[in-house]
Amino acid sequence: MNQILFFAGLREQAGEESIELDMNGRSIGELKETLSSRYAIDKVKESMAAVNEEFVQDEEIVKDGDTIAFIPPVSGG
Amino acid sequence: MGEKYWISDKPLVIQEVVDLVTRRNAGAINTFIGTVREFTKGKRTLYLEYEAYKAMAEKKLEEIGEEIKEKWPDAETAIVHRVGRLDITDIAVVIAVSTPHRADSYEASRYAIERIKEIVPIWKKEHWEDGEQWIGDQKETTYGIPAKGDA
Repeated sequence: MNQILFFAGLREQAGEESIELDMNGRSIGELKETLSSRYAIDKVKESMAAVNEEFVQDEEIVKDGDTIAFIPPVSGG
Repeated sequence: MGEKYWISDKPLVIQEVVDLVTRRNAGAINTFIGTVREFTKGKRTLYLEYEAYKAMAEKKLEEIGEEIKEKWPDAETAIVHRVGRLDITDIAVVIAVSTPHRADSYEASRYAIERIKEIVPIWKKEHWEDGEQWIGDQKETTYGIPAKGDA
């Protein structure tokens, strides 16, 4: 199972801070597709992704237990 | 706390950050203090709300410290960023860099704030009289992994 985290505008669009999905063996790109088509969370497409707190590309393959976070454009400072 | 890079939901104390980099072989300590501005392009901000992916944000702040160490080996850096509701003039971020000579402390401090705006998962929501919006001023325009510091 995988925990998927949403922040800022993405969290508001999702209506949740996190959801659980089994994405074992699938890519971040596929997860984005699933979230935008099945859950209508289309802001994931403009977001970066992090697996276990490190930025990754869409090609990254998710393993069981990985925590995936979607990072919309940041604005710290 | 204990570490030199952290996210806090309490008002920031500048001296605490400065103390973390104070040492005998430093000839300069540069501090950058980011505060909440009232007007942006003529539009009045009432207050801001900051949110962070805390674990990753602290890790990325530490990574910025490591990048600084590579570029300016004699530098010591400490960074704290606040989250939660901040009013006008409140302190959102404090960066302290100590170096043996002043020029490096200015440059490294500037480097730290620019990198924060690129790679640290922190977001601010502007609240105005007529609405609110999450702001994204990420400098990264191409989609993907943010570039390494030396890119």
